[in-house]
Amino acid sequence: MQSSLDLFLRSFWPIASGALVGTIPLALASFAIGLVIALVVALMRLSEQRLLRGLARLYISVIRGTPLLVQLFIVFYGLPSIGVKIDPWPSAIIAFSLNVGGYAAEVIRASILSVPKGQWEAAHTVGMSRGLALRRIVLPQAARVSVPPLSNTFISLVKDTSLASVILVTELFRQARQIATVSSEFMLLYLEAALIYWLICLVLSAGQDALEKRLDRHVAH
Amino acid sequence: MSPTDPPVPPSRGGGTPSPVLSVRGLRKSFGDVEVLRGIDLDVVPGEVVALIGASGSGKTTFLRSLNGLEVPTGGSVTPRDGRPIDFDRAVPKRELLRLRDQSAMVFQQFNLFPHLTVLQNVTEGPVRVQRRPAAEVREEALALLDRVGLRDRADAYPVELSGGQQQRVGIVRALALRPDLLLFDEPTSALDPELVGDVLSVMRQLAEEGWTMIVVTHELDFARRVASEVVFLDGGVVVERGRPDEVLTRPTHPRTQRFLRRLLDPLDD
Repeated sequence: MQSSLDLFLRSFWPIASGALVGTIPLALASFAIGLVIALVVALMRLSEQRLLRGLARLYISVIRGTPLLVQLFIVFYGLPSIGVKIDPWPSAIIAFSLNVGGYAAEVIRASILSVPKGQWEAAHTVGMSRGLALRRIVLPQAARVSVPPLSNTFISLVKDTSLASVILVTELFRQARQIATVSSEFMLLYLEAALIYWLICLVLSAGQDALEKRLDRHVAH
Repeated sequence: MSPTDPPVPPSRGGGTPSPVLSVRGLRKSFGDVEVLRGIDLDVVPGEVVALIGASGSGKTTFLRSLNGLEVPTGGSVTPRDGRPIDFDRAVPKRELLRLRDQSAMVFQQFNLFPHLTVLQNVTEGPVRVQRRPAAEVREEALALLDRVGLRDRADAYPVELSGGQQQRVGIVRALALRPDLLLFDEPTSALDPELVGDVLSVMRQLAEEGWTMIVVTHELDFARRVASEVVFLDGGVVVERGRPDEVLTRPTHPRTQRFLRRLLDPLDD
């Protein structure tokens, strides 16, 4: 018992540091890039051009219809066989960004559609082009609506980064696995990894609440 | 005029003024439903046109056709520059901008931007679209807000205002664009009855200052006292038009008579 507690405490920092250098930066970078992809894809989905709409639909369908682990393997283990070799970190970021892009695109599209038509019309009558109206009037309002579902996407992403351990990225779960293998204390180490994921997600949930409150300032209740 | 003076309407001047807007045979269909079936209208500077009619008569669709919110399916609209836009053929988008940019609109549901303060709502168009200097626009906006009694609410958000206050902000937002033409789409229909007066009195002031206005309204008293012309629409056509005392007091067409009777005495029938 004494030695279990001791191992738990001694392994805490190595695993947490895996989160700090691996899990968290990986999640943040992938989410940021993924949101840019998502916005572009969402606007394509809302475009008047059939071709753009079709391409966006296809992209979303493929991303949502295939497992993330398989997407990760295609980028890291598959591409080298056709001559494209990418390091673990960039591979992980590419796969996770594309994945987030597919899921978040639908969230952003729905948020844009949730802004009342009268807002577009008012923007039009003050002389705004579609682009300016989107940027200045519609997206700020859509942002409020999209915070809860995008927070979900982000929290899922944080946990999904554990998959990067199989393509040799040093992150939270890979650290835990290594210590577990050496010490043979599998239950303890995996519970500890789960606990740290949970702590990270608790912080993120608190952040979501704060962000929602901030964005709620001008909304009637 | 110093740069901080509120905008004033273009002067009526002498001689025959060129129309701000000329509409000929305007038509609009939604699918198989023809909502507007050939409407003519001329509006000269300083004129206040009241559009009245039952719901479904096409008056709102007509108003929205005058700034490109709806694209008519036939007829023509000539903006102030004198070059007609012919809707009998395909009209490129930038043609519609000539209509949009000479007018400003006040909406039934206000449609203020909820994420911006009152002041930002007013300055957004002049600064972001018209690219006028921010400081000058701000002064002008505050002066306009002062005129409608809302200068002290400049930093409030729309949700913090009453409906009547929101609509006065809506009017100021339109004025700040310095348009040739103000379009009002049932501006008091969404207001509690005790708030209607504030908005109508602002509109009356504007009319007295010589702003050119087209007002879709059910406020017959306002139309009678402020409008220079009343146009009664029914079934997508103009049934009767003329001076307010003629159309509203001695309507000649049975459909106008019926409409006015119902409006004045809803329980009668």
